[in-house]
Amino acid sequence: MTTPENEGRKDTPDTMVGTVPGDGPVLPDAKRNPSIATRERRDTAYTPSGETPYLVVQDLTVQFPTADGLVSAVNGLSYAVPLGRTLAIVGESGSGKSVSSMAVMGLHDRKRTKISGSIQLGGDEIVGMPENELMKVRGDAVAMVFQDPQSSLHPLYTVGNQISEAYRVHHKVSKDVAKKRALEMLDLVGIPNPIRRFKQYPHEFSGGMRQRAMIAMGLVNDPKLVIADEPTTALDVTVQAQILDLLNNLQKEFGSAIVLITHDLGVVAEMADDVLVMYAGRCVEYGTAEDVLARPRMPYTWGLLESIPTVSAASEKLRPIKGLPPSLLSLPGGCSFNPRCPYTDRVKGERCTTDLPELLPVDGAGAHTSRCHLHDKASIYEAEVAPRLG
Amino acid sequence: MSKTVRNADAASAGSSSATPLLQVRDLKMHFPIKEAAGLGRTRKVVQAVDGVSFDLQRGGSLGLVGESGCGKSTTGRMITRLLTPTAGQILFKGTDIAQLKERELRPFRRELQIVFQDPYSSLNPRQTVSNIISTPLRVHNLVKKGKELERVQELLERVGLNPEHHNRYPNEFSGGQRQRIGIARALAVEPEVIIADEPVSALDVSIQAQVMNLLEDLRRDLGIAFVFIAHDLGVVRHFCDQVAVMYLGKIVEQGPREQIYSAPQHPYTQALLSAAPDLGTIRGVPPKERIRLVGDVPSPIDPPSGCRFRTRCWKAEDICATQEPPLMTQAQSGPGHTAACHFAEPKIDLTAATA
Repeated sequence: MTTPENEGRKDTPDTMVGTVPGDGPVLPDAKRNPSIATRERRDTAYTPSGETPYLVVQDLTVQFPTADGLVSAVNGLSYAVPLGRTLAIVGESGSGKSVSSMAVMGLHDRKRTKISGSIQLGGDEIVGMPENELMKVRGDAVAMVFQDPQSSLHPLYTVGNQISEAYRVHHKVSKDVAKKRALEMLDLVGIPNPIRRFKQYPHEFSGGMRQRAMIAMGLVNDPKLVIADEPTTALDVTVQAQILDLLNNLQKEFGSAIVLITHDLGVVAEMADDVLVMYAGRCVEYGTAEDVLARPRMPYTWGLLESIPTVSAASEKLRPIKGLPPSLLSLPGGCSFNPRCPYTDRVKGERCTTDLPELLPVDGAGAHTSRCHLHDKASIYEAEVAPRLG
Repeated sequence: MSKTVRNADAASAGSSSATPLLQVRDLKMHFPIKEAAGLGRTRKVVQAVDGVSFDLQRGGSLGLVGESGCGKSTTGRMITRLLTPTAGQILFKGTDIAQLKERELRPFRRELQIVFQDPYSSLNPRQTVSNIISTPLRVHNLVKKGKELERVQELLERVGLNPEHHNRYPNEFSGGQRQRIGIARALAVEPEVIIADEPVSALDVSIQAQVMNLLEDLRRDLGIAFVFIAHDLGVVRHFCDQVAVMYLGKIVEQGPREQIYSAPQHPYTQALLSAAPDLGTIRGVPPKERIRLVGDVPSPIDPPSGCRFRTRCWKAEDICATQEPPLMTQAQSGPGHTAACHFAEPKIDLTAATA
């Protein structure tokens, strides 16, 4: 798939802080600069200053052939995460947020998945990497924290055993050294009495403690990139706050990049530097957290914001997005959101149902991009949507 | 028992003059467990719910909020008598249904219905929608033979589903649609009270709002009273007039919505409100004060002495360990607002910024 947002992907200068190849710079004041020469891919390797995006995903497409046809779970997705920054991927179930992140970890079954595009992790291409090399990357340079700590920890091994195993796989050290490291990690993530906890099994941990153990396991090898897939969805509010604080502090300490997958826009507001909104496998809006949450420029994002009852204001009736997300087997023509979009009549002609809108900068240039044909998005938002949000 | 009852009575007297539809008095649920201790076995109990009292007005909505394991779902299940309480009273229109036998309970089952959290496990996958919804109709002899389908279709339409889909199986519907089927099943017997046990927490945000609006329409149009069990404070604020905050089997704070959210008295309520992630910060609202609780909820098998929250409370002093604070009207609280804390004081800066 060739969409214009990918054309400029090799134009990104290394010197620009926090720039995103293809989708334009992340910082709002930075400008795209197509005149700068093509960068060597290998040069994007990790630099301690965090100036180069550590993870660069370009035109990623993930498809699953099924008996009913080809399911396009992710369609031409591009994003970049520099070290020390947090990108939140937001979307409903089935929007492709988890599938795209599993591709970054190389977790898809090769026989049953068609992946195209490019995923560069510190300069190494993940797409098409042989399994034995992937094994070295996984858990070392990139770690994943899963949603449900109950089912992602092995019930028959002690927690300490599982954490030190993760360390020993990537480091040639004795069991004692690995144990020391595991105890250190348990302490770091705020588990009291690590020596006793080291010998316990996952069922002896509470939900929040299990998630801490998962995070300890993920961070044991000092990964440059942490993918957190709904890390707090299964947790209570007070524990969720603890875990989010923990992730924030660990990021400050280690300067790693975080990809946070979530459907909770409140969590996004508290955690994210950048936000990518996904709908039916495509990115529909991308920008800094402030841009996307305070100045959204895409009807789907508006709908999401209007659907949430917040703690801070007892709003009038909620305004849900009508209808259901489309089937990935047969996406609607044109913009995937058009059957649910209340603003299609404001676009001249039938463009919403015939042409797929491109992911374009909302103000002509800059980092904030959205995929929508409406040309007066800013005024519609300010005049109609923002007042309803209170 | 006497103390809690009196306090709850005082609370209800302040909020309304009419007799409440449902009165719950000092409700307790203790589950016995067996645990190996040395050579012998000890008998212990999980004090899942330990002395809960509240009133529900006709057409009103009460939110039960709390973290997992605080006993909110158990309370809901006792009210619908899916569980038999260990002690306490459930007065529905003046009749105590807490210990009624199944046969005597039957007519009350019609009045008190429940909607479950997980729309995937609460519908029988091998029955058609029509069958699922018409079973309660048949059990209670509500519809003449031959008219059942008509009523089922009417109900499907009421909850926003296509009436022609009555012959489909649950697996043909999405999560939000299944939740609507669950709601239609509860509505079939024209109940006066619906216990909604986390009805939207398994759904996506956009679908969640659709189901919330449906429940609100039902409440307005049919005058059904709701006990709304949820952990999402935003959802509860949106839906409920009265809110009760539970912690480890007890209600720690109770009162009208506005007071609970704008001037919470109990430290736990304050911590809950401050922990909820808020979109406001990104829109330029000054960030609220953050209260971070340490540790986890203690085990309900062996709850802390005195105030159950004291192990995580930053205000705890010696008195908290020895004396259990009663749920009562505090010095600075408005009418009908009660809290169980020795050091209760309102904190107004937690959510008020955008309200």
